[in-house]
Amino acid sequence: MSVLEIRGLNKHFGAVHVSRDISLSVPEGQCHALIGPNGAGKTTLIHQISGVLRPDAGEIVLAGRNITASAIWQRAQAGLGRTFQLTSILPSFSVLENVALGAQAKDGSSFRFFRPAARERTLNDTAMTTLERLNMAERAHVPAADLSHGERRLLELAIALAGAPRFLLLDEPMAGLGRVESAMLTDILADLRRSIPMLLVEHDMDAIFRLADTVSVLVNGQVVAQGTPDEVRNDPAARAAYLGDSKT
Amino acid sequence: MMRVDRSFLVMGLVFALLLAAPFVLPLIGQAYLLNLLIKAMLLAIAAISLDLLIGQGGMLSLGHAAFVAIGAYAAAIGLDSGIENILVLLLIALAVSGLYALVTGALALRTSGIYFLMITLAFGQMTYFTLTSLAPYGGDDGLTLWSLATLFGSDVVQSGGHLYIVILLTLLVTWWGVHRLSNSRFGRVLRAARDNPERTEIIGFSVFRYRLTAYVIAGMIAAVAGLLTVQQAEFVSPALATWQRSGDLLVVVVLGGLGTRNGALFGAFFLVIVEEVLGSFMHEWRLLYGPLLVLMALYARGGLSHLLLPAPKVSDPAKSGAAKTGAHLVNTEQAT
Repeated sequence: MSVLEIRGLNKHFGAVHVSRDISLSVPEGQCHALIGPNGAGKTTLIHQISGVLRPDAGEIVLAGRNITASAIWQRAQAGLGRTFQLTSILPSFSVLENVALGAQAKDGSSFRFFRPAARERTLNDTAMTTLERLNMAERAHVPAADLSHGERRLLELAIALAGAPRFLLLDEPMAGLGRVESAMLTDILADLRRSIPMLLVEHDMDAIFRLADTVSVLVNGQVVAQGTPDEVRNDPAARAAYLGDSKT
Repeated sequence: MMRVDRSFLVMGLVFALLLAAPFVLPLIGQAYLLNLLIKAMLLAIAAISLDLLIGQGGMLSLGHAAFVAIGAYAAAIGLDSGIENILVLLLIALAVSGLYALVTGALALRTSGIYFLMITLAFGQMTYFTLTSLAPYGGDDGLTLWSLATLFGSDVVQSGGHLYIVILLTLLVTWWGVHRLSNSRFGRVLRAARDNPERTEIIGFSVFRYRLTAYVIAGMIAAVAGLLTVQQAEFVSPALATWQRSGDLLVVVVLGGLGTRNGALFGAFFLVIVEEVLGSFMHEWRLLYGPLLVLMALYARGGLSHLLLPAPKVSDPAKSGAAKTGAHLVNTEQAT
């Protein structure tokens, strides 16, 4: 069964048709990559999945639950974990507290007004385990504002993972990372994808060919090719898009 | 960790002094100062609740005095109708202010930043004009109360009894309660939403619901200050709800230090003392008060709390305050 299922998604910005009949599904244990030139509508699609934008038509089903009309936070509660293209963390919180907040979202109600959250062991333990998984444990008590760019990217992933997501939506996780950091993050994602299926928007082709089980090529809001990385590599439409030819 | 202990120590000292005041001041013939302290404590209770909104929640309200006024009028109207038990009046004040906060908050929280400020200002003014039109309760002139609330017939909650102690206890409970709340799960979500609402929503929290809850709690605390104001002043008037009063509360909170544990308290005492001292030797004391605020804003970022208890390092999230709020938003994703 697919964990994420998108059917016939359409979205217009005025006269511009930014998502045209997009359908894709990501089964358990798989990584689906979304590639395409700038302006192809990748971010618009991500926004519709995470709830920032509502589609004009079509359906988004997450783990069997129709979330097409759900609020952003409800999608997260339904199991959608997300990272941003431009890093988005809580700079005034410590690294641990950032991740503990992610854990808090999935650990019962947060309408609790009295007990100090910083001393809740379940939250801190989940956060610490998550940080250890990303080799960031020794940075736990550093203010998040002091992290390097690469560490911030990892922290973002940690926040999402701490919420025990059913599905990960990763918007250009390698953006701005150096070669070594990219390789490290690719390793981490390679480990993760079997337990948490993911949709990966990425420009780093090395990462895509290593991680993706399926690739969708988005051009002008439309999926022009879909298949395994090798199939897509040899697909004329995909090649045209990536060689920069004007596609008709 | 040291800083936390120190701020508790300072609090303990402040409360010990406040507790000693009613016994010591009459001995040195300065009993009239007790009224001043009561005024400062009432201001502090309202300011602590406003700091919950601004310092912790990043919700810049310019209509908070309306809640004080609503609490005061709820008590006054209750008294006028023959209800004398202060606990019943308290329940009425909490219910009315809570409901008012729920409705106005639900509307105001559809916006944020400067628009939120404008809407809270508008609701504050609406409250003010509504109160001036309450002809049976004195309209513009306000209402003098001939009988005050009692605690099951006892006058401990009146000036002739132990009103000072009651207010001091209320301040202590408010301070401690808001401190606990700030560090709770709820407070953490509230601070996260202040720093980065988009991210907080993506993590899985309805920012709106958390903010609205904080707004209702803050409104109800301010209403308690209003109820106690009636017991002290034996009088209510729409002046309680003017936007200048809301402005005073804002000054107190910013002056004291946004989102700090003792800021609102320091700010309230500072304002009342400065007003009294400057006012005692010049009528136009605000001529000096204005420049003083400018100097504070320029040179005492982080407020009195920061001056009195400078933090060696900013690792306590509750400390870093809303001053940075704007900067984080730059990091969040553009919605296109």
